[in-house]
Amino acid sequence: MPELTYRDALKSTLVQEMDRDPRVLLMGEDIGVYGGTFLVTEGLLARYGPKRVIDTPISEAGFIGCGIGMAMLGLRPVIEVMTWNFSLVAADQIIQNAAKIRYFSGGQAGVPMVIRGPNGAGVQLSAQHSQALESLYGYFPGLFVAAPATPADARGLLRTAIRGSDPVIFLENASLYGLRGEVPDEEYTVPFGQAAVARHGRDVTLVTHGRTLHMTLAAAAQLAAGGVESDVIDLRTLRPLDMATVVESVRRTHRAVVIEDQGGLYGVAGEVMAGIYERAFDDLDAPVVRVSGEDVPMPYARTLEVLAQPNEAKIMEAVRRTVA
Amino acid sequence: MTRVRVNGDGQAMVRKVEHPGVDTDVLLEWYRSMVFVRHFEEQAERSFRRGKVGGYLHLYIGQEAVAVGVLGAIRDDDIIFASYRDHAYVLLRGTDPGAVMAELYGKATGVCKGKGGSMHLFDVQRGFYGGYGVVGGHLPLAAGAAYTLRYDHGGDRVCVCFLGDGAMNTGAFHEALNLAGLWGHDGLCPLVLVVENNQYGMGTSVPRSSAVPALASRFDAYDIPNEVCDGMDPEVVYDVVRRGVDEVRRTGRPWAVETLTYRYAAHGAADLLQPYRAKTEVQEWRQRDPIAQTEQRLRHAGALDDAKVEAIAAEAERRVQEAVTFAEASPEPAPGELYTDVYGDERQRER
Repeated sequence: MPELTYRDALKSTLVQEMDRDPRVLLMGEDIGVYGGTFLVTEGLLARYGPKRVIDTPISEAGFIGCGIGMAMLGLRPVIEVMTWNFSLVAADQIIQNAAKIRYFSGGQAGVPMVIRGPNGAGVQLSAQHSQALESLYGYFPGLFVAAPATPADARGLLRTAIRGSDPVIFLENASLYGLRGEVPDEEYTVPFGQAAVARHGRDVTLVTHGRTLHMTLAAAAQLAAGGVESDVIDLRTLRPLDMATVVESVRRTHRAVVIEDQGGLYGVAGEVMAGIYERAFDDLDAPVVRVSGEDVPMPYARTLEVLAQPNEAKIMEAVRRTVA
Repeated sequence: MTRVRVNGDGQAMVRKVEHPGVDTDVLLEWYRSMVFVRHFEEQAERSFRRGKVGGYLHLYIGQEAVAVGVLGAIRDDDIIFASYRDHAYVLLRGTDPGAVMAELYGKATGVCKGKGGSMHLFDVQRGFYGGYGVVGGHLPLAAGAAYTLRYDHGGDRVCVCFLGDGAMNTGAFHEALNLAGLWGHDGLCPLVLVVENNQYGMGTSVPRSSAVPALASRFDAYDIPNEVCDGMDPEVVYDVVRRGVDEVRRTGRPWAVETLTYRYAAHGAADLLQPYRAKTEVQEWRQRDPIAQTEQRLRHAGALDDAKVEAIAAEAERRVQEAVTFAEASPEPAPGELYTDVYGDERQRER
């Protein structure tokens, strides 16, 4: 199996899907001539031309809304947001139009569209460029929310997203683009709503998604050295949310910690915890604990930024409390 | 050229074309259409007052000449996006009035199965891609749809986007127009923008909401050719729009028209008071009523008399009552419909 970076997995999948289906087109700020802020679309303008690789002005509500109209007419736009923070400018388009058109048209029109880009913090980007938005978009029926943590899932989930019939919020992370991993050669898809078990263990269930998977796995390895074996579940998509896999694991381990980048209030971890309490309360030997980002706007100073985010030590501390 | 009073505060120059003289048969058909739309809207309001129609109900009464003139100027394979004041477009497009009324009644037989209501009518088969409830929010959709019409293999279809004067102060309007203007340079945006300047965004007049009340001038900023026309006369609207549409078809560039029109009814049927305008102002505009104007013209041409006017009104009322009967008799949506149409692939729903 070839090893690819997360970035190359995304790019090569875009190429494969654009070669396969002429209806797939790309649109976004500086994705063409510039090659994409994180170089995911580098070289694609030369390959497909300006009609299919559209450089847009800084105008999220405009071009995301245009993507919705294109999708309604049968194209399959894959739109890059430079960061998900900027999607808030287009929240009305995404939430009020993309998510709801199929429903209020009584199924007459659909919006097969992907919006992708980095979510959450980078390094010292401060408050307006560091927000993790999965719980915001996870709230709205009509949207799918995917958050691949590995190059293999980046390809499999992106392919599912592009070939689907509904709008997909596709959450990447700046720290993941350089990550290397094995990516199968064959034309596979990763279905939505199917979590992956990234590590098997009997003592505690660790549930996470996206960037925090990797610190969770590192924490699990350290905990194993101390004799605590973790089941690590990577949710992969947040809507649909695969609670069945989580609950099945908790029934075996009787303990759970949920890890996320975003702040804890009204978040994904809270939703997962509620699901565990609703479906597996009697199986629990300890309260479920969450490790979230701190409940503050992201600070600039590197020391404060590190404090504001989850890390290995915080995860290990939470697990120790749970298994004590 | 004639001057048309816009409202108490501002005046706008309006190009009044010599009547292009559409065939009397065509004008008579438009007259029938306008009478039908008005009867439909009056019935919708009665049904609203009786509690049969819920939510928000935005009536088109007074603006009929715009829809009739524009739809008369485009082809059946052209597509349309619109705001929430959307009944006239689907009715004129040929959608079954019963299915439209049933949608207002929230019935299973409605055009959107009772899930959209008055503000979200759709008839994709007839190229009507929806009414949208957030002012200005549908502008980007229409620009993207227009791009799609030129994406594949040329063709010469156009996308018509109806919007109100209120939409022109939203960010979505300006972002969409900038993109449309840019794509138009490459012949990739056959977008026809029809502003229905009915003088008020809800209760706030154009001069009180727009720093430059000459609204059409905004299109200049995005390199979109534009015109202003009388929106109370279907022949004028038709004539101006037909030439604009021909150009859009040929060039793939967007084009805009600001039609000066007026809604007689409140913004929404639920608004009982209208402290923002004088009754005399409504009366003045009623003097230029599109249906009455057309009727006069047809009488003059010998194509209408009292008996025929009465017969056309009776026929419109008969069709409207048929639609009401259908809506009344139709079943409520089945409870299971609550969960359908959320996703294209229903199996993808949360496990």
